Amino acid sequence: MCLAVPGRILAITEVDGVPMADVDFGGVRKSVCLQYVPDAVTGEYVVVHVGFAIQLLDEESAVETLANFERMGILEEEFGDGFTRAAEQAGVERK
Amino acid sequence: MKYLDEFSNPDLARRLVDQIHAVTTRPWAMMEVCGGQTHSIIRHGIDQLLPDGVEMIHGPGCPVCVTPLETIDKALAIAAQPGVIFCSFGDMLRVPGSSKDLFRVKSEGGDVRVVYSPLDALNLARENPDRQVVFFGIGFETTAPANAMTVYQARRLGVTNFSLLVSHVLVPPAIAAIMESPRCRVQAFLAAGHVCSVMGTGEYPALAAKYRVPIVVTGFEPLDILEGIRQTVVQLEEGRHELANAYPRAVRAEGNPAAMEMLADVFEVTDRTWRGIGMIPGSGWRLSDRYRKFDAEKRFAVTDVHTEESPLCRSGEVLQGLLKPHECAAFGKQCTPRNPLGATMVSSEGACAAYYAYRRLDLVQIR
Ligand code: SF4
Repeated sequence: MCLAVPGRILAITEVDGVPMADVDFGGVRKSVCLQYVPDAVTGEYVVVHVGFAIQLLDEESAVETLANFERMGILEEEFGDGFTRAAEQAGVERK
Repeated sequence: MKYLDEFSNPDLARRLVDQIHAVTTRPWAMMEVCGGQTHSIIRHGIDQLLPDGVEMIHGPGCPVCVTPLETIDKALAIAAQPGVIFCSFGDMLRVPGSSKDLFRVKSEGGDVRVVYSPLDALNLARENPDRQVVFFGIGFETTAPANAMTVYQARRLGVTNFSLLVSHVLVPPAIAAIMESPRCRVQAFLAAGHVCSVMGTGEYPALAAKYRVPIVVTGFEPLDILEGIRQTVVQLEEGRHELANAYPRAVRAEGNPAAMEMLADVFEVTDRTWRGIGMIPGSGWRLSDRYRKFDAEKRFAVTDVHTEESPLCRSGEVLQGLLKPHECAAFGKQCTPRNPLGATMVSSEGACAAYYAYRRLDLVQIR
């Protein structure tokens, strides 16, 4: 859960008075809160932690980081299902 | 250097490693504070690429590991109550309380749910007005803005069936506590990059000066970590002890002002007990007065919590860098990720779990 992953803003909307974005993480899409990066615009990269953008990131390093994470399987670890992982750890058979 | 070909840019990795070797003239011990960095160091064998005598001491920066046992037990008690939907990050499910874990509470009928973001928990509360929704708000300064915003929204939108079980911890007081310990061997710190993305670097120059330790803000990818180590060794060799930022692409000196403003509104500093370590003054955040009514500990008067750690577990020493995981007699025997005795064997950021995942075969043979 400590990871922060770079993603690219695809579209920004307002939900309940808060800026929210559709963000692409190397193919995985998630809804991300932009409250803390008020200047971010569509197409920019942000560092995202538990559904919140915490900083802007330049495109080059974001793309590089995403490629590394993909290679290391980190994106799957971050966005995979928590229960499935806990069950696997506990030795419970997968359905 | 059998691991180098696993780096995204092996040439750059080799150059960094060569530079570290070239500047090192004597042994040094440095601590990476963050569990994410510990994981990366062990996974890529970075510590084994360093000159003999340059030691990585693994720090307490795994929020899952340091959440106090008493808080885990309270979480288990709240999650078992009828009418409650208990939401958590997935990492917390297998953390052992005194007698069980959240996973077990769920299998016994508790409504425990894993969410990706705390806002998901708030949405659950709005969709289930007849239920009490509790979110387990743990983490360092990196995670706190998300939890703060969620409580802020709950108050603003008048969502009264939402509450937060808060156990936030802070890095700078932990660095001070480690340096104050009489058994401390740490001569320098790699500071956690994403903590500084939020909070900036303002608190670190004074710590570096007071304890005469270099503090180098470092990222999480293997190359970032090598660069952080390189800058640290250079400072140590030159007898300097300053703050440096080896992760400028995600860390600005001033941090994230919008996040810091929200944190100052929602939280206030409190003493916090760290699991396995003990109380560190001023090392945590709790909800400020304005938001106190969203405090799950107040809403659910959970009493009768008797905490009991496994007598075999030495995770407190592991978290303080006093013991390497494989030096614990239970490592890989009574204690495995399947049957963890301590939280450091659960989370992927815990040092025991990292050693088990990537190095247990070598280590158990050595022992
Ligand atoms: S190996 Fe297990 S028992 Fe030993 S310190 Fe780590 S978590 Fe505790």
